[in-house]
Amino acid sequence: MKQFISFVKKEFHHIARDKRTLFILLGMPIMQILIFGFALTNEVKNSKIAILDQSNDPSTQALRSELDASRYFDITQDLHSYQEIEAAFKKGKIKMAVIFPARLANDLDHFNTAQVQLVADASDPNVANTLTNYATAIILDYQDRITNNRRLPYTIKTEMRMLYNPQLKGAYSFVPGVMAMVLMLVCTLMTAITIVREKELGTMEIMLVSPMQPFKIVVAKAVPYLLLSIVNISSILLLSVFVLDVPVNGSLLLLIFESILFTLTCLAFGLLISTKTDSQQTAMFIALTGMFLPTIMLSGFMFPIENMPLPLRILSNIVPAKWFYYIVKEVMIKGLGITAVWKETLILTGMLLFLLVLSIRNFKIRLA
Amino acid sequence: MNAVIVNNISKQYGKKKDLIQALKGIFFEVKQGELFGIIGPDGAGKTSLFRILTTLLLPDGGSASVDGLDVVKDFKAIRHRVGYMPGRFSLYQDLTIEENLEFFATIFNTTVKENYDLIKDIYSQIEPFKNRRAGKLSGGMKQKLALSCALIHKPSVLFLDEPTTGVDAVSRKEFWEMLRSLKEQGITILVSTPYMDEASLCDRVALIQSGEILSVDSPEGVINAFKHPLVAVKDNNMLQLLNDLQRFEGVQDAYPFGEYHHVVLKDGFTANAVSTYLQQHNYHQPDVQTIRADIEDCFIALMKTGE
Repeated sequence: MKQFISFVKKEFHHIARDKRTLFILLGMPIMQILIFGFALTNEVKNSKIAILDQSNDPSTQALRSELDASRYFDITQDLHSYQEIEAAFKKGKIKMAVIFPARLANDLDHFNTAQVQLVADASDPNVANTLTNYATAIILDYQDRITNNRRLPYTIKTEMRMLYNPQLKGAYSFVPGVMAMVLMLVCTLMTAITIVREKELGTMEIMLVSPMQPFKIVVAKAVPYLLLSIVNISSILLLSVFVLDVPVNGSLLLLIFESILFTLTCLAFGLLISTKTDSQQTAMFIALTGMFLPTIMLSGFMFPIENMPLPLRILSNIVPAKWFYYIVKEVMIKGLGITAVWKETLILTGMLLFLLVLSIRNFKIRLA
Repeated sequence: MNAVIVNNISKQYGKKKDLIQALKGIFFEVKQGELFGIIGPDGAGKTSLFRILTTLLLPDGGSASVDGLDVVKDFKAIRHRVGYMPGRFSLYQDLTIEENLEFFATIFNTTVKENYDLIKDIYSQIEPFKNRRAGKLSGGMKQKLALSCALIHKPSVLFLDEPTTGVDAVSRKEFWEMLRSLKEQGITILVSTPYMDEASLCDRVALIQSGEILSVDSPEGVINAFKHPLVAVKDNNMLQLLNDLQRFEGVQDAYPFGEYHHVVLKDGFTANAVSTYLQQHNYHQPDVQTIRADIEDCFIALMKTGE
């Protein structure tokens, strides 16, 4: 036991003395949360739009002020002819143009129907889609109000309610994603590197010719990164609750337990990599391609798994981050308990045991 | 009892096509308390041999024992009792001298205090810098620290793989003095080195070349086994001189050796014969003297008979 403690102490020395790496390890989650929270957001806010108003009557003015008042749009330009629309798009200044035809209010009053044209820049299809949806919603809203007093025959109205995330905030989905990513990076990458570094420096050679059991070496290497990950989990949760207003709806204890389970899985994967490689570069490369990319691509965090072709959907099942991402969403955002995520928890536990057994069996007690 | 027994050990690397035979079935024994040198050039198989004896590699054939324990079967027990210092400096560069030493003491279930006597002579030289990180030490100091760490658990057999490679002449001398005093304390020491001049500092040496042991003997024994007359020759044009010497009928072998050429003569020839021969070939006052062979001459001779 004394051996073990002394080994863990040594690991802490390594980490604490490499100030730059430590700074990255502890700063990375904070940076990522802040970047995802404020810069990289797929919400559409304050999009610049232009308006071509050929009618200029009370109706178009009302619509115009409704659009301008919403937080999604900023009217930055007034156009005067169709030719100007394309020019405005080409300058890249605007994302969408709203065209009111001549005599809009007149048509509405006398024919009970009028048309509004939305022209969107679809070079980014998602944004174009979102913008036209928002604009349509605002226009429909206006229509509702003016028809409020009259009875229309046969109308179906859709009532929408966004559960768990009523404001449709991006943070609700990326906080679990960033958590998966950061834990993965810190644990898998760093454990893989730290063991391989001992091989590279030749210290593993001495460690092997010592009474210290290889199993203990491996576990002692993992302990500091487990603690570091707990610090990271806390800082991510604190930031998301207090800075991004993403609440922890479920049990905090369960959330932390699941995070530690995922951390251990990542550590075990890092250990497995380290048993199979001899240079830090290879270890890093394998950790990044074997864990980081799948975490981003196949966990459902960036791209919805449901939309993927079948082979990728099947492949995504072996990515631990997918299950963790799911668990965090269920527990943190939806506020569900262990009964809702026991299956996923079991899968992660299975992965952990599998990786752990594999890496301990693969740990070389000799040099070759 | 013998501290180390090597019995027909062989080791190869690589697959069929580019198979390298690192050790070709070697035998030797090291007695308890002996300072045993393994002398040979780079690539002779010294490190492979050390790694097999320290249980880091499995031999492909043969058997070996350290302290009566089999290197394959009893590897765990061996790891408790040997000290090993690899050829490359292998301590934690970002830990201080003191931290390194204490770390290794704990790993071996002991304390610095308990075995301080053993390392006192060595460690006291670097103790003033004990708060300096190992990575910032000079080569000689690193060596002392590495030796202290390898000794801290009072090993019964100490394996030092090329401890003096890349160390300056003064530190080398000091290092060998340290080994001498360790030997006094009853520790069996196996040390490998590519420097022939260090052979004479060992009790016995094994000369190794291309995975084969050429000779195992005391340094004197090795030298005494060199039976041919040997002369050292020097003149202005050394290259021409070597060519001319090799053409002389009494010469068995001639090779450059420092500022001289060493010439191994066939039995019955003497320095005088060489002088006469050279004068006949327009050398005015060739410097020819009979000398006693040293380990390197023996090594070269053994190498050539091996071929």
